[in-house]
Amino acid sequence: MGNGSYLNRASSKWLREDGPESDIVISSRIRLARNIADLPFTTMGSESVQEQVVNAVQQAIQSPALAQMGPFDMLYMGAMNDVSKQVLVEKHLVSPGLVDTDSAAVVIRPDEEVSVMVNEEDHLRIQVMLPGNQLDQAYELANEVDDAFENVIDYAFDEEKGYLTACPTNLGTGLRASLMMHLPALVLTGQINRILSAVTQVGLTVRGIYGEGSDALGNLFQISNQVTLGHSEQEIIGNLQGVATQIIEHERAARQHLLHENKGNIEDRISRSFGILAYARQMGSKEAMQRLSDVRLGIDLGIIKGVSAGILKELMVATQPGFLQQQYGIEMSPAMRDVKRASLIRERLRMEGMNHD
Amino acid sequence: MLCERCGKNEASVHYTEIVQGEKTVYHLCETCAREKGEETYKAMAGAFVFNQLWSGLLNHDSSLPKVANTPEQQCETCGMTFSQFTKIGRFGCPDCYRTFATRMEPLLKRIQSSDQHTGKFPKRSGGRISVRRELSKLRQEMQASVVEERFEEAAKLRDRIRYLEQQLETQE
Repeated sequence: MGNGSYLNRASSKWLREDGPESDIVISSRIRLARNIADLPFTTMGSESVQEQVVNAVQQAIQSPALAQMGPFDMLYMGAMNDVSKQVLVEKHLVSPGLVDTDSAAVVIRPDEEVSVMVNEEDHLRIQVMLPGNQLDQAYELANEVDDAFENVIDYAFDEEKGYLTACPTNLGTGLRASLMMHLPALVLTGQINRILSAVTQVGLTVRGIYGEGSDALGNLFQISNQVTLGHSEQEIIGNLQGVATQIIEHERAARQHLLHENKGNIEDRISRSFGILAYARQMGSKEAMQRLSDVRLGIDLGIIKGVSAGILKELMVATQPGFLQQQYGIEMSPAMRDVKRASLIRERLRMEGMNHD
Repeated sequence: MLCERCGKNEASVHYTEIVQGEKTVYHLCETCAREKGEETYKAMAGAFVFNQLWSGLLNHDSSLPKVANTPEQQCETCGMTFSQFTKIGRFGCPDCYRTFATRMEPLLKRIQSSDQHTGKFPKRSGGRISVRRELSKLRQEMQASVVEERFEEAAKLRDRIRYLEQQLETQE
């Protein structure tokens, strides 16, 4: 499969499909940090070391164990233009840091559930992204990919310290498990800060997906484990899952509260946002995120009917600057992007209407 | 509306700055807003970066051995020094963990829940590791049984240890 398909296609599998509890949990992500034994980390690694890493990974993806899970494609950052790289970042396939390094690369499976960043902070960063609340399944898949790489690559591993990583904050399991959650009712009812600060007290971190703190754009929050050493992978995931379950319950309760105590206001807010998205001619990305979040809440509450729930995550990626420019095939000024963004959203909503009328 | 700063591009960022209670609204294009944002950020935080948190943690740690006036310890494999590490927050190579082990210990306890890995082992090379783990456990048990004069049990443990040691050797 050529590079083009990763850039043009509107959505990865986690964007197209829904998973368990996807009314609140948008996606589950697992990341494993691994380094090749007897090589300096990327920090101190010369260009020739980085080449060695790329070559080792390239050979590994052709080994039987990985070929069986594949096919995998390898995209080289040095060979891509800025817009294409931005699209990979917006689809969460690579980190913003990776695209600045010419010697870096990414290995992607066509379903985009599995991607492996090469020469990021660590030599390998295996990532699995699944829709909805599926952390266990995501870990299982990441674990298989990890085993398949380890079959042909010697990892830097220490019996006491576990997997050795460039930054000590990833040491041990090298595992970062995260859930992307849509929490509009907790934000609207003002409970979010209390919950977020409670979460940080149990070894987890929270950040906005776009924007920070309670100003998180689109009311999207990413909750992930902070500690990587001293707990097993299962304990880390179990802990995160346990906290997430409680947050889900709180969010559901807050939604019911809004619906019963504040129905007039919430209906107005949601319908207003829907109207603006359906008719506006210029739409900034910040406003788009907030309105899409409202519409998604409206769908979940049954206030808006005939629009698919996937619209938030799909449009939140499709209306990002890089993706817009890739789709229209031209570089655009911010003002032009606002016009295109508005028309993309209008088209999408009209499409939905036609399907359901 | 055109950007107030460069007067060329359309202003798409409307930015409110409150300095000592005085409110100023700027209408800027994306490029100027980014520059303006970076300036303000730098002025506020002095280009504060995550990595400086490290040096902060390390420099205020009284439990760390003071090594002033001695030539700085350097990793033999990659050449990284500890002060380099505190600046960039990342090690140079896997051996750094051994080189700087004593200085890392208190830090690890603070940022991690313990300093012992209890999770996954690499599958292929991990077989040997689990044998070694069992060996060290058996050796401790043998010591204990010798001390408590349970010699029959100690002999059994010794045989098991020999067997495992031989297995390790043939694997290597």
